[in-house]
Order: sequence, then structure tokens, then C-alpha cells
Amino acid sequence: MSPKTLYDKIWDAHVVQEDADGTCLLYIDRHLVHEVTSPQAFEGLRMAGRKVRAPEKTIAVPDHNVPTTLDRAKGIENEESRIQVEALDKNAKDFGVHYYPVSDVRQGIVHIVGPEQGWTLPGMTVVCGDSHTATHGAFGALAHGIGTSEVEHVLATQTLIQKKSKNMKVEITGKLRPGVTAKDITLSVIGATGTAGGTGYVIEYCGEAIRDLSMEGRMTVCNMAIEGGARAGLIAPDETTFEYVKGRPHAPKGAQWEAALNWWKTLYSDDDAHWDKVITIKGEDIAPVVTWGTSPEDVLPITGTVPAPEDFKGGKVEAARRSIEYMGLTPGQKLSDIEIDTVFIGSCTNGRIEDLRAAAEILKGKKIAVKRAMVVPGSGLVRAQAEEEGLAQIFQDAGFEWRLAGCSMCLAMNPDQLAEGERCASTSNRNFEGRQGYKGRTHLVSPAMAAAAAVTGKLTDVREMM
Amino acid sequence: MEKFEKVSGIAAPMPLVNIDTDMIIPKVFLKTIKRSGLGVNLFDEMRYDRQGNEIPDFVLNQPAYREASILIAGDNFGCGSSREHAPWALADFGIKVIVSTSFADIFFNNCFKNGMLPIVLPQEQVDILMKDAEKGANARMEVDLEAQTISTSDGETFTFDVDPFKKHCLLEGLDDIGLTLAKASAIDTYEESAAQARPWV
Repeated sequence: MSPKTLYDKIWDAHVVQEDADGTCLLYIDRHLVHEVTSPQAFEGLRMAGRKVRAPEKTIAVPDHNVPTTLDRAKGIENEESRIQVEALDKNAKDFGVHYYPVSDVRQGIVHIVGPEQGWTLPGMTVVCGDSHTATHGAFGALAHGIGTSEVEHVLATQTLIQKKSKNMKVEITGKLRPGVTAKDITLSVIGATGTAGGTGYVIEYCGEAIRDLSMEGRMTVCNMAIEGGARAGLIAPDETTFEYVKGRPHAPKGAQWEAALNWWKTLYSDDDAHWDKVITIKGEDIAPVVTWGTSPEDVLPITGTVPAPEDFKGGKVEAARRSIEYMGLTPGQKLSDIEIDTVFIGSCTNGRIEDLRAAAEILKGKKIAVKRAMVVPGSGLVRAQAEEEGLAQIFQDAGFEWRLAGCSMCLAMNPDQLAEGERCASTSNRNFEGRQGYKGRTHLVSPAMAAAAAVTGKLTDVREMM
Repeated sequence: MEKFEKVSGIAAPMPLVNIDTDMIIPKVFLKTIKRSGLGVNLFDEMRYDRQGNEIPDFVLNQPAYREASILIAGDNFGCGSSREHAPWALADFGIKVIVSTSFADIFFNNCFKNGMLPIVLPQEQVDILMKDAEKGANARMEVDLEAQTISTSDGETFTFDVDPFKKHCLLEGLDDIGLTLAKASAIDTYEESAAQARPWV
């Protein structure tokens, strides 16, 4: 048998039918659904008189629109947001899919709830009408975002019409230095390859620095594979993965666990597998990074300075000029001199327990020096655990707002938004124009770097505080 | 879905690279539970000021380009969020063809589901089309999907690649779900064997 990559193996196990031109019908094991990209898909089913083919493999949770304030039980004020969440309530009930409503303690960001509840398992195909579905690749699952038409297609058929992507290997060798995290890895990779560097590929992240990461860290790395343009990011499952999955509500049990484990242990790229593209980065070369512009590829070490448009080539010159103006920065300015108004810790990139621990570690016994700072745990269960561990108290003592779970200021569809010109150090995934609020300015950072910025009021090298 | 006919229309130049789906349709317009009516909010934050007045400099506000049906765009068009509201907004505005050196994967797929054709061409050819588009309303381009060609107002013609299955679906206006449901027995067979091989799924 010819050697295969991890992606090849998962792909091959899910092909229902292949046409002569390579177009495949690919079976989908888990379909995650949220309120923003699904109403039109469910409506399409109704109009055509179709059912959900596999409701037992379909999991819905509202996350984008939900308020994160403590009084949210009283309902959603914005009428359109409320209608969208109510539509999901109704669709989940009418079509009989698994559902975690706003009132459920397990509710949270779909990409945090899926793994937490054991829906996401190695070797699966996982899709969701959301680009950050790439997160689930951390388990060695082939996971990617789809549009609403494809959501409807999966609901109706439990399959997708797909062509196979190419294989790309991103190896992070050796150890990370102190103060450097999974977020710094994933941003540094995008900085190196650009936001279109992964277009047409599925990335497998490997190497010692990746192996050393917890599942939380691996999810952070894979989450932003999409920001590098890749269809999906993957990490081969290992003992860390199995340990995380074992005992979760929807993970296999008993004899099924043993059978699953046997298969999962075959899920790795063969030594002589073919790679269409290989990127290698030394772990020790990665520094704590921040973004300065309005594309996730605009990444520099915190010790750097704001670049000038002329530092770039082609279309990027004009894009950089526009970014620097939008961000209100000056070429040559030290990144560590940039003053911050707001700090946001949360999102499907960095809203897990380990992220909150890393931020709390920096904040212990300190006070914030920014106008506002908030922590939005990724799920109700992350929130409960953080309270149990005393992290919530540390955040509140420091001056952070301690919120309920949701997507919140990562995309600002709920009331958590930046004002015009407001500058935010954010643990989220996108620094696009207007992403966190009209004319808001976003600097993407790790949770520890966000905490450091909260304490000093400026973008700060977290290593100085360790 | 409507069949994709030949397109003859005005092409608007948008040379900015990395135009993301947040730019194409900002999140405030994602709260709809419908597919229609998003064209008026296409590129909303670039197109209107805070009071809702048109920003005259923005390309689609200029008299020459208000009826554009083709966009010539910078690299990596449609990156970011998977929101299909982006192609819905473009289609609702009247855009039928987008040309760039590269597109983000999810956006690219979403276009075909909405009767729109994204065309990938090399930088030099995109540059020529961009220059042609900058001439304004008199520069009408012709796109022929059957022949896989795009022609400038001067008659310079480039050929492009398109996935044969996607081309067929666009030309015939086919509904993917209907096509797949016709393969239901293959899906049944797969599910039976997968349930044996991986019963924990």
C-alpha cells in the first residue's frame, strides 16, 4: 500500500463515491450548527419538504448573538438577534437535533462545546457553517467551515461534494521559549506563509513543539489554520488526545473505547508520505507576537516596530498603507509603545481553561490600567471550572468583567463591541477592519500577552512580567 | 438556481488585496434569517459613511460602476468568515463574475452555490483586466463559461480553468442537494459499512 498522510487516511475512510474527475461525495460524521449560518438552510429543507438525514450526528448551539452579561436570562434586547436565536430553538426542536440552549450550563462557543462534550473524536469528518471549524483538527479530525448552502446539503444528505486538497506539512521543531504559546505559534506560521499561503491545502502541524502542547493549545493552533487560507489544520492524535477525550459524555465507552483507540492509533502520516509543501520553523525562533495591521498575516514580535508600506511588495503596499492609517499607527513606532484601551480575553481561539489560567497567572495581585477589560469564557463549563479554580476571583480583583459564555467581542454581533477608534488587545482570531466594532482597532495576542497589556495599558512583552 | 448564461457587462476594479468577507458584508447584516436583500449593504462600511450617505470615492458608488456585474479584485478575495451572506450580497447587487489571482476556499465554493463564477487568472492577466476595468462604463467585458474565456473591451481574450462538475452545475443551474439525493442508496451503503467499521461514531 502506498504511504499516506493523516489527511489521506481520514479522507479515504469517508469517501462515499468518487467520480472520474475526482469529485467525491464525502461522508460527514459530525455537523455542528449555530444560529447565524443555519436559518436559511433549515428554511430550505422546509420549503423542499426534506428532513435532517442524521439528527443524531447534528449538534446545535447558539453562540454568536447571545449576550454575555449576567442578566441575559431576561432575554435578548436586539430584535434581529433574538429572532435568530429563537429560530435555532425552533429548528433544533422541529428537526430533532441535539441542542444546548442559552439556558443550558453546557452552552458556549460551538467549537468549544463540541470537544468538551466528546462530540469531536479523532478520525472524524466535522463541519460547521463557521470558518473556525478548523479548531477540531486538533483531535486529528478533518474539520472545516462551509457556507449555508452546504449546511443545507449536509443536513439533507450527511455528505458534502468535495475535491481533495493538497497536503502541507508545518513542522515546529524543538522547544518553545518561556512566554511563547500556541497562539504565538499559529500567528507566526501565518506571518511566515501569508493569509493565502495555505489556500488549496490541508495543513498537518507536527514537530516536538506541537507534540508538547496540551489539547487546548492544539485547538488554538488549528483554529487559525483558516487564517492561513488552509481548508483545515490537523494534528495527529496521541496519548494527550486520548487522555482528553476519555470519559467525555459522548466519547465511546468500554469495548467501543478499545476499538476506537485501536483505529485512532493508526491515524498518523506515514514516514515516506508525499507532501506538496513543507514549512519548518524552529520553536526557539518564535517570540511572543502581536499583529499591527488589519490582516492576520500582519504579525511581528512584540520587540519590533510598525513597518512602513514601502517595506512590502505588490498589492500589499497599498494594503499596508491602508492598515497603518486605519490602525492609527506611525511607521517606526515601537509596538510596545502602543497604548491600549480595552482587553478582550475569550473566543474559540483562546476561551478555554488553559487560556484563562495563563492570563490569571499574569494578573494575580495586579490591577488593570486600561479603560475596560473583559473575560468571556468559551463555555458555561469553562466558566464554572475557572470559578472553582479561583481564576474568576483573580480576574475580578484585577478589574476584569467576568462574563457568561459566547462569541462576544470576537465578532461583535452581540452588544460587546469596540467604539470608533477604540484600541483592543484581543485573544481572538481576526483583526479585520470593523471586526470588533465599526472603526475599532484590534491587536491579536495570546492570553498572557493580553493580560500583560491590561496591567501596563500598552502592548507589552509578557516575558518582562514573568 | 438560474442557469449561468454568458455575461457581458461592466467590470469594476477593486485592486485591494485580502478583501475579507467582513468587508463584503459586515456582521450587523448577518442577523437576517433570509438570503435576499443584502445587495444594498454590500461593502457597507466602505460604501457608506456613518450617516448612511454614499462615500463618492468608493468604486461601486461611482456613476461608471453602479451597474457593474463583474469585479476585478486583488489577491485572496473573500478571505475570513465562511458567511454565505457575502456571495448573497454580491449576487443581490448584480455581480455575476469575480476575477482574482486567488480566492479563499470557502468563499470560492459559496460562489458556485449562488450562480456566480469566480475566475482565477495569473497576475499579468488580472493586471490587464484591472487596467481595462479602470476605463469605466465603456469598458464592457465578455465572459463565456462554455468556452471558458473572458475578453476585455479591446477584444483581448484569456482562457480560464474551471472544475468540470462546477461548470456543468452552473451552466445547467443544477441544485446540488437534488443531485446528491439521487445517490441516496450509495449513502445508505456507506453508512452500513461505516457502522460496522466505526460503530462509536
